[in-house]
Amino acid sequence: MIEASGLTKRYGATLAVDGLSFGLRPGAVTGFLGPNGSGKSTTMRLIMGLDYPDTGTVTVGGRPYRRLRWPLSEVGALLEAKAFHPGRSARSHLLALAAAGGIARSRVGEVLGMVGLEAVAGKRAGTFSLGMAQRLGIAAALLGDPGVLLFDEPVNGLDPEGVRWARTLMRSLAAEGRSVFVSSHLITEMALTADRLIVIGRGRLLADTTVAELAARAGGSLEDAFFSVAGESAEFRAGDPQEFRAGERGVRRPGRGRS
Amino acid sequence: MSALVREGRADAGHYRFRHAARMEWIKLRSLRSTWWTLAITVTGAVAIGVTVGVNTRNAAGDLTNNALAGMVPGLLLAGVLGVLTMTGEYTSGMIRATLAAAPRRPGLLAAKAAVFGAVMLAAGEIATFVSFFAGGLALRHGIGAPSLGQPGVLRAVILSGTSFCLVGLLGLGLGAIIRHTAVAVTVLVGGVYVAAQFAGLIARAAFGYMPILIVANSLSTTKPEPCGNGAAGCPHFLSPWAGLAVLCLYAAVALAAGGWVFARRDA
Repeated sequence: MIEASGLTKRYGATLAVDGLSFGLRPGAVTGFLGPNGSGKSTTMRLIMGLDYPDTGTVTVGGRPYRRLRWPLSEVGALLEAKAFHPGRSARSHLLALAAAGGIARSRVGEVLGMVGLEAVAGKRAGTFSLGMAQRLGIAAALLGDPGVLLFDEPVNGLDPEGVRWARTLMRSLAAEGRSVFVSSHLITEMALTADRLIVIGRGRLLADTTVAELAARAGGSLEDAFFSVAGESAEFRAGDPQEFRAGERGVRRPGRGRS
Repeated sequence: MSALVREGRADAGHYRFRHAARMEWIKLRSLRSTWWTLAITVTGAVAIGVTVGVNTRNAAGDLTNNALAGMVPGLLLAGVLGVLTMTGEYTSGMIRATLAAAPRRPGLLAAKAAVFGAVMLAAGEIATFVSFFAGGLALRHGIGAPSLGQPGVLRAVILSGTSFCLVGLLGLGLGAIIRHTAVAVTVLVGGVYVAAQFAGLIARAAFGYMPILIVANSLSTTKPEPCGNGAAGCPHFLSPWAGLAVLCLYAAVALAAGGWVFARRDA
């Protein structure tokens, strides 16, 4: 469904994504695991066509995102909590997106119900808590009933009940035959949610494997396995912590809040 | 996957300009700030026209031009609203949702410009027609109200009404180029208001090309400027239609440049 091939993206002096290639399969939750600043969000932005790769390509169903016929019905994305105008109500936000997607107005009510925001649908989204904002983002992703779903750190800001709800939602979306791609820096969360794992560090692919396979490498502990995989990458380890922080800054550009 | 009721679309086709335009219309109308800004702009323009009318003592002056005097201050709000329509996408993060729904960027900016331009055109025409009639009714000292049938009056009222739209689109283009609200507003105010104060000192010929002077002296006049026989000290103002063409050109250049960088830059 999604095919990335040799993706490289540099912001100024920082190499955020470095020759990344991977593919997503339908009917599975693919975890996208890496420490903060490893290039996960940048990769998501490249898939969505928000940023352009310096080299390489990424396609959805064989087309770059901007060539999709009905983008919202092919890909649903929660890139960040705040991808809405604070002065607009949740319902108006979704109605506007539905109009662009040629999606029936009735679907807006449906997705608001699915994420539990019906009661506050008329309120300005700027008044929402982080958890409610995440739910609005998930509602927008589900709006077009797409076959591919991208979630960038979806459980950020959700309470324990919300975390479980999001996990169940992602599992059921995959069970319906969709490709679900979910990024996280939380290894334990990925162990509970994902079938497959794509592990990156400093923009490079470190492992493309299943959760069970990766855990088996370190005698059952996914956490240990993660650090052993991460440690195999000399680039990623990079000796001193200074280097690692430079990598962390890599996906952020000055003046633009983005994780 | 569950079946969805699709509205106004054939699944074999693809999203089009009208889908992006409908999205932009819902976005524009669902912000309260849009309506507040338009209400203040139109009310302010009419109030100034009425005030000028009440204080007019010279029946030989251009009474239509007097009634339309409120359009020039209103240009500032129209331009700022244009800037915010674009920069607001970036400051809020909405741009990510917008581009997810309509990723073909030149088409998206065109849809935004079409919807915003239409709303501003309507607001501008309402402002000029109401200003014209209210300003005429406010005349005292035995001066009669001008009528739309007099030479050049209807043209002045209609052309002045386009100024909110054209300066608004200039702001929208600047917002797409600059993306930061404060910087874009500064450039807009600098280009539209401040430059007009200095242009005459540097090159007298440039005077007539300043946006506010076009609105004040080309679009909203019914009579040629009463200025001495082509004397050297007399500023040269564009004719109404030439003024309109120059304003259109400014907006088109800003939008074209905005569309060009919008399509090429990371969002």
